[in-house]
Formats: sequence, structure tokens, C-alpha cells
Amino acid sequence: MSASLRADAIEEAQAALRGHERVLARGGGTKPALSSPPEGTVTLDVSGLTGIEDYDPEELTFTARAGTPLGEIEDALAENGQYLPFDPPLVAAGATLGGAVAAGTSGPLRYRGGGVRDFILGVRFLDGEGRIVRAGGRVVKNAAGFDLSKLMVGSAGRLGVMVELSFKVFPQPQAWATLTVDCAGLDEALALIGALATAPFDLEALDLEPPGRLWLRLAGLADAMPERLERLEGILERSGERLEGEQEGAVWSEVRDFAWVVQDAAIVKVALVPKRVRELEAKLEPLAVERRYGAGANIAWLAWPGERAAQELDDLLRSLGLAGVFLTGSPARPMVGTHRGGAFAQRVKSALDPSGRFPEV
Amino acid sequence: MTRGAQAKTENVAGDGLLSALAAIYPAERILTRPAELAAYECDALTSFRASPRAVVLAQSAEEVVETVRACHRLGVPFVARGSGTSLSGGSLPIAEGIVIALNRLNRILELDPEQRTAVVEPGAINSQVTAAAAPHNLFYAPDPSSQSICSIGGNVAFNAGGAHCLKHGMTSSSVLGAKVVLPDGELVELGGESIEPVGPDWLGLFVGSEGMFGVALEITLRLMPSADATRTVLSAYESLEAAGEAAAAVVAAGLLPVAMEIMDKLAIEAAEGSVKPGYPEGIEALLIVELEGDHETVDREFEQLLEVLEGAGATELREPEDDDQRALYWEGRKSAFSAVGWLSPDYIVQDGVVPRTRLGEALAEIGRLSEENGIRVANVFHAGDGNLHPLILFKGSEEGALQRAEELAGEILRMCIRLGGSVTGEHGIAMEKRAFLPEMFDEEDIEAMRRLWRAVDPGQIANRGKMFLPEEEPERAEAADPDGAPSSPAVAGTAGPPTDGGSERRGDGERTER
Ligand SMILES: Cc1cc2nc3c(=O)[nH]c(=O)nc-3n(C[C@H](O)[C@H](O)[C@H](O)COP(=O)(O)OP(=O)(O)OC[C@H]3O[C@@H](n4cnc5c(N)ncnc54)[C@H](O)[C@@H]3O)c2cc1C
Ligand SMILES: Cc1cc2nc3c(=O)[nH]c(=O)nc-3n(C[C@H](O)[C@H](O)[C@H](O)COP(=O)(O)OP(=O)(O)OC[C@H]3O[C@@H](n4cnc5c(N)ncnc54)[C@H](O)[C@@H]3O)c2cc1C
Repeated sequence: MSASLRADAIEEAQAALRGHERVLARGGGTKPALSSPPEGTVTLDVSGLTGIEDYDPEELTFTARAGTPLGEIEDALAENGQYLPFDPPLVAAGATLGGAVAAGTSGPLRYRGGGVRDFILGVRFLDGEGRIVRAGGRVVKNAAGFDLSKLMVGSAGRLGVMVELSFKVFPQPQAWATLTVDCAGLDEALALIGALATAPFDLEALDLEPPGRLWLRLAGLADAMPERLERLEGILERSGERLEGEQEGAVWSEVRDFAWVVQDAAIVKVALVPKRVRELEAKLEPLAVERRYGAGANIAWLAWPGERAAQELDDLLRSLGLAGVFLTGSPARPMVGTHRGGAFAQRVKSALDPSGRFPEV
Repeated sequence: MTRGAQAKTENVAGDGLLSALAAIYPAERILTRPAELAAYECDALTSFRASPRAVVLAQSAEEVVETVRACHRLGVPFVARGSGTSLSGGSLPIAEGIVIALNRLNRILELDPEQRTAVVEPGAINSQVTAAAAPHNLFYAPDPSSQSICSIGGNVAFNAGGAHCLKHGMTSSSVLGAKVVLPDGELVELGGESIEPVGPDWLGLFVGSEGMFGVALEITLRLMPSADATRTVLSAYESLEAAGEAAAAVVAAGLLPVAMEIMDKLAIEAAEGSVKPGYPEGIEALLIVELEGDHETVDREFEQLLEVLEGAGATELREPEDDDQRALYWEGRKSAFSAVGWLSPDYIVQDGVVPRTRLGEALAEIGRLSEENGIRVANVFHAGDGNLHPLILFKGSEEGALQRAEELAGEILRMCIRLGGSVTGEHGIAMEKRAFLPEMFDEEDIEAMRRLWRAVDPGQIANRGKMFLPEEEPERAEAADPDGAPSSPAVAGTAGPPTDGGSERRGDGERTER
């Protein structure tokens, strides 16, 4: 077990960085694959850097310290009928705002609303030398300077320690409804996903539970819902099972928080597009890996069995040219598969962390 | 900032640049004669001009890569150029360098409706992507007013926005991947095809980097399905502030319009003088709001929208009769910059952002500054996201007029910073607002950005001199205020609307000596 430090103020975090050779930030610790430090690395617990600093409901933006629990933010927003459309996972488990950004994880609503990267407006972070860097701003539109806020998304504590973040938010829809349809198999389900891609219909979420079950989520005015559900069934050329009210919300909370992942399996996120699903399925099927596809099959969520080595998945994803990241479990390195960025990534990393204090990306 | 237009010859530098270029391009695609270079000596910000040593007309990604490698080898700076419509001097040449013109690299390489993706070359024109996607009921969301001429590469470099970015996000939200040649010739791939990246968002950092991190050679775009229904309303107000407050009321009501734009009396007058959209007559301010989505929802929300607009004091509400009229209404809005040429021979376009809850206040302040200085200001802007575009009108031939206009522009930018906003929403820093970056960010922040640039571009040859003030800048010293505040931006728009083929467009010939 490596040493752990705690910073409740920015100056303490700076001092911690300057006083140690290898450091990794941890927020709520809900994504241990990302926040467990490699050998010889000190954990810097930033979950004490909390508090919403500025929230103007009429402006639909907020600024909060990075260690603020997402639950606290969601509650404040909900009081004003607003929410985080990127739908971050593991809120109840204690995930923090900084951790959600660093993990770069968005939930099912990402399909239409966009991901963390589409809502982040600004950041203040400490680079590897403990210097404070501010980028972006607090207004919803801003093109001044390099977009370092976006770079923080998915950076997994490897490029900086975030201390403050600004976001835009959206008003809560009045009502939600879900339609589930069962297809004869994977091919038919993928054909429907393809048809929906160009259909004039607003879907908030489109998940595939392989081989053939589709979950379609709608949001908007309650009055309009019955007509829209009917039109959707027309587009799909079949009727499905409808879910509404509390039960509907509960289903998606479970999806978002990976309730379907068995106890000792690790949660892995893989980026792909619908046309790659068949190849991935062909590899995973024989391995009995539980999985689910989100965002119209632009994300695969895998429950990688505890007894299987992370290396095996790394090899598997490389053979397909896909990129993935472990959120939980204890892989040697959380990033698996084929990652892009090459020389650009190395140079950016060297500029932000010249002494290599943070673990490698 | 104007540098002489004299053609520099091989003899001057003696670094073998021209022979290196000749090994890559046939002679007819290397421009060096002053008459040929003249077309490239500025972008849409015509008060900054410089003649490069050469312009190369690239026709393949390989040529671009070879060119960048040659520049790196010889230490020659380069500027990539798409359509040259930048309003901030982004594609202004560097006198001792070359321009790599990308507008011939304009193919749409691939369009996959089921994945909602398109792969394009960097010189592909924005609106051509939507034209190619339309038969599949898809479109490319970012719609800068210059969309019929600007390139995707330029959009990526500036993270361009447009009226409909309020709901769909800026260019960055619609770019999934890019193949890039770094300034030393190394090739990298950023992002991919998925809408949800894994790992640090390197691509997100590249987008908006103003051509300083290298040249995008191939870009994968995200397409969106066309909406089931669109409803648009023109809403008239008795003052610009009232229109601004109405826009804030729409946001506060929880409606999410796809676009929400404001034009003031002068801008309306300009539009009626050119495109003739047929807006309500004799009004002080016009708010255009558009809703998009499933018709079952949109029809209901539209009723709510009308109530909010009326509640905010609308004196007239008008819906277009059909799609053609809707298109005309939008054309009136989108042609506003060039239409202002009808009102004034010269103007400066500003691009500041304020919190949208403070729009009314900001507009009143602009009105006050305009009156106080006796300078006309037309306002046409993205109200939904608080992105102002004050057009400061002046007559360049009048002694000191440009300088007075610039001072007013500077006042407006400072107001944006004071209100908690930004000096640019979408046009970028480039040359125009270099002096204002230090007003928005601390020295440490800017130093971090410089470190990034130096790391990515060790030779500092990609768009050198843009975004950051040169570390020692003799030219600016005499222009700086005595109290140390940066001088107002040395900028001026031109009345010459970029009607066709932006890269072929000549400036109005009038040179602004600074
Ligand atoms: C039972 C369980 C279920 C989970 N389910 C999900 C799920 O459904 N979806 C999902 O996406 N994740 C899930 N996770 C993972 C976890 O919830 C997410 O990774 C979480 O968002 C991380 O937030 P955190 O604050 O807990 O971050 P941590 O786990 O503390 O850290 C995550 C990463 O962020 C970095 N980090 C944290 N704070 C900062 C900061 N201020 N600056 C820079 N870097 C920082 C860390 O270095 C680390 O790389 C689950 C975890 C558990 C234990
Ligand atoms: C009438 C008018 C209206 C406008 N309206 C809008 C608007 O509504 N919204 C908006 O955002 N902008 C607007 N603009 C500004 C301008 O059109 C945009 O900034 C546009 O993105 C520039 O595209 P371009 O192809 O003309 O780029 P250029 O001017 O050629 O280049 C702009 C910058 O991009 C770099 N660049 C070009 N191609 C590449 C590449 N392949 N790789 C790397 N860097 C590259 C250049 O080096 C330069 O720094 C408007 C301009 C005009 C004249």
C-alpha cells in the first residue's frame, strides 16, 4: 500500500506535488483502476477540495471545486429543475466532479446530450510542477487560448490535478419514457440502430443489450409522449414494451451505475462504432464476458471477469484496433488496446508534466 | 504590422527553400510573383497584411507533409490556409515564411450514414458536407455564417461556431477524429470514429489551436439527423436591451432553442439593403428564435415560446410561411457582416462573450459607448450563448478613424472581461486579440500555453506570431498605452464581402500602416 496525502486547500496540493516525485490524485476512489497509484506513487486525496463556488440557475452554468461529490451537484441542480446531461456514472458511489472528468465517463444520455467534453467550460488545475493553470472560462462559449479543459477529460490524473471546474447544464425534461424491443438477433438489432441513425426522431439514449434487446429512452413534454412512442414504433416497424415513471428511472440508474456488472468483474469502457460491434461480439461471446453497448453502440461496457488477465483484453482490443480503459479492477495500466495520440500526446504530456510526477498515460 | 509586399527571393534568405518546394510541386503550383501573392496577403481581417515568400497549392496530403518537413528542415515558418475567411488574422502570412493553401484538398472521402460520420479533406467547404449528407436525412451541425466558403480545416483550427451551435455545440462537438502532420513533419492520429473517446482528449486540445499545432490532413466529422420539425419566430422589440432580456427569459424558461439570434436596427437596415429578408418594419431590435425536434414536442413548446416572448414585451411576432421564407430569414441574418458594407466603407467585427443573463446590461453599455464616442455600432449576434458581434463602423479614409474605432472595440472587450465573459466566442485570438489574452488570463496560464506550443512545435514555425504576443515585440512598443494596458486591437474589417472563393478574394487594396 502506497502512502496517501490529503489536500483540503490548493496550496496543500501544490506543496504535496512539489514534495514528492510520483503523485496520483484521487477523488471519491470509485474508479480504483484509475486512481490506485502504481508502485512508489503517493496518492493525493483531493476529495477535501469541495464546494460549489458559483451556480446561477438562469445562466445554466456552475463552477465547483474538483472534489465536490457529483451527488451534491446533482442535488443543487435538481432543486432548480436542471441536470448534468452527460449523465455521469457512480454518483451514489461517491464519484467526484474531478474524478468524473478525469475518468471521462458519460452515461447513457450521452447519445443525444453529448459527453463530458461537450459540457465542460473551464478548468483550473495544477500541472506536474504544482503550477496553477487556468483555461477556458465560465461562459458557455469561449475560443480564447488552447482548450485545455477538454484535454482534462479522460486524462485519468496523468496530466494534472484539477482543483476547479466550470460546466454548462441543461433544464430537466418534464417527462421520460422508455421503449424496449427484442430483435431476433444481433444483425437485426444493428440494422435498427442503423435505421434510427438517420430517422427524424429525438432519442436521448439508445442502448443495446446483446444479442438483440434495444433500450430506447425519450424525454420531453409529458403530453407529447404517447404520440411519440407510437411514431417510434412505426419507425421501428414493431411494438415494444413501454416503461414510464419511477420504474423507468430506476432501470436507467441501474444501467448508469453498472448494477448488471457481477461482483468481482472489472468495468471496462471501449470506444467503437456500430459497424465494429459484430467483430467485438465474435471475440467476447466465447469468453462469457457480460457486456452492454451504449450511445447507439458508440461505447461498449464490459464486465471483464476477475479471473481473466487485463493483458488478455489488451491483446484482444489491439487485434481489433480498439481503445479501452479499465475503471475498476487492478490492471497494471488502465488504458488497454490501441490508443491514439502518438507524438502529440507525448509532447503535451512532457509540457504539462516535465518531471514525470504523474503516472504515464 | 504591415510588412512590405516585396517578394523575397531565394538570394535573400539563401536557405534553399524554393528548390525544396520545387522538388515537391510543379512550377505552376508554387506562387512567388507579387501579383500572385497579393491574393494571399491577408484574410478577412484586411488591416493586417504580409506577403509570404511563396504560396504552395497543395493537391495531396503527401505534398502537405513533404512541405511541412521541408519547412522544419530549413526553419521556415508556415501558415496553413483554408479559405482565408478568418476574421482575426489567423491565415495572415508570415513574411519570412510560406503559405500552404489547402483549398484544392476539398474532397469528401467517405460518408457513412449508419455511423453518422463523414471523412473529409481539410479544404472541404463546410456547406458541402451538409449538401452531401442531406440525401441521407443528415446534416453537419456547425454553421458559421461563412459556411458557403469556409473550410472544415479552418473551422477545426478555430473551433468555429454558428447560429445553430446553441443546441448542437461548436465545431469541437462535431469532430471525431483527425490525421495531423505536426510542425516537425511527424504524423499522428487523434480521436477516432466513436462519439465517446477513451483516454485524454488530445483531439479536443487540437481543435481550436489556431493552426499552431500542425496541419489537419483528414478530418472525421460527426453528422446529425435532420430534425422532424422546425419552427421559427421573428420577435420585434422596442429596444436592443429588451430583445436581450427576452433572450435571457427564453433560456431561463427552460426552453432549449436550436438558435437564438438578435439583430439591431442598423443590422436590419443593412440586411434589407442587400438580401431583403422582409423582416418586420420600423423596429428597434429583432430576436430570431428557432425550435427543432419531434413535431409532437416542438408544436407544444412553440406555444410556450410565444408566451415567453410576448411576456418579455414583443411588439410583433411573425412566423415564416414556408421553408423558403425561413431560409430567407436566415440568409438575412447570415449575410449581416457583409451587408454592413452597405452602411459603411469599413468596420471592425468584435466577438466578445458575456454571461447571457447580462446581455441587456452589455448591450446598453455598448449603446452608451457608441453614443459617447459618436461612432455607429451595428449589433448582430448569437444571443442564446451571449456571444456579441458588435460591428463598429468607420471610414478608413478619415484621419484617425480606425484608431478611434479600435479604441471603442477595446472598451467593449474589456467590458466583456469585466462581466465575466471572454474576448472571443468563435473568431479566435490570432493577430487581432493577442494583446487581450493577457487581460483574460494570468501570465502563468499563458506561459503554460506557450510551453505547450513549444513542446508540440519545437522549431516554432507553425503560425508563429499568432495568439501570443512575441516575447519581445518592438513594433507594439510604441502603440502600447503608457499605463501598460495593451493597446486596442489593430484590426479592421472590410466592407468588401467575401462573396466567392474566399482564397481568391483580394482586399480592398487600402493598406493600414501601423
Ligand atoms: C462499485 C463501483 C461501481 C462503479 N461504477 C462505475 C460506473 O458505472 N461508471 C463509471 O464510469 N465508473 C464507475 N466506477 C468507477 C468510478 O465511479 C468513476 O471512475 C468515478 O467517476 C471516479 O470518480 P472518483 O471521484 O471516484 O474518481 P477516482 O476513482 O478517485 O479517480 C478516477 C480518476 O480520476 C483521477 N482524479 C480524481 N480526481 C481528480 C482531480 N481532482 N484531478 C485530477 N485527476 C483526478 C484519478 O487520478 C483517477 O485517475 C465504479 C466504481 C465502483 C467502485
Ligand atoms: C462573412 C463572414 C462571416 C463569418 N461568420 C462566422 C461565424 O458565424 N462563426 C465563426 O465561427 N466564424 C465566422 N467567420 C470567421 C471564419 O469564417 C471562420 O473562422 C472559419 O472557420 C475560417 O475558415 P477558413 O477556411 O476561411 O480558414 P482560414 O482563414 O483559411 O484559416 C483560419 C485558421 O485556420 C488555420 N487552418 C486552416 N486550415 C487548417 C488545417 N487544415 N489545419 C490546421 N490549421 C488550419 C489557419 O492557419 C488559420 O490560422 C466569418 C467570416 C466571414 C468573413
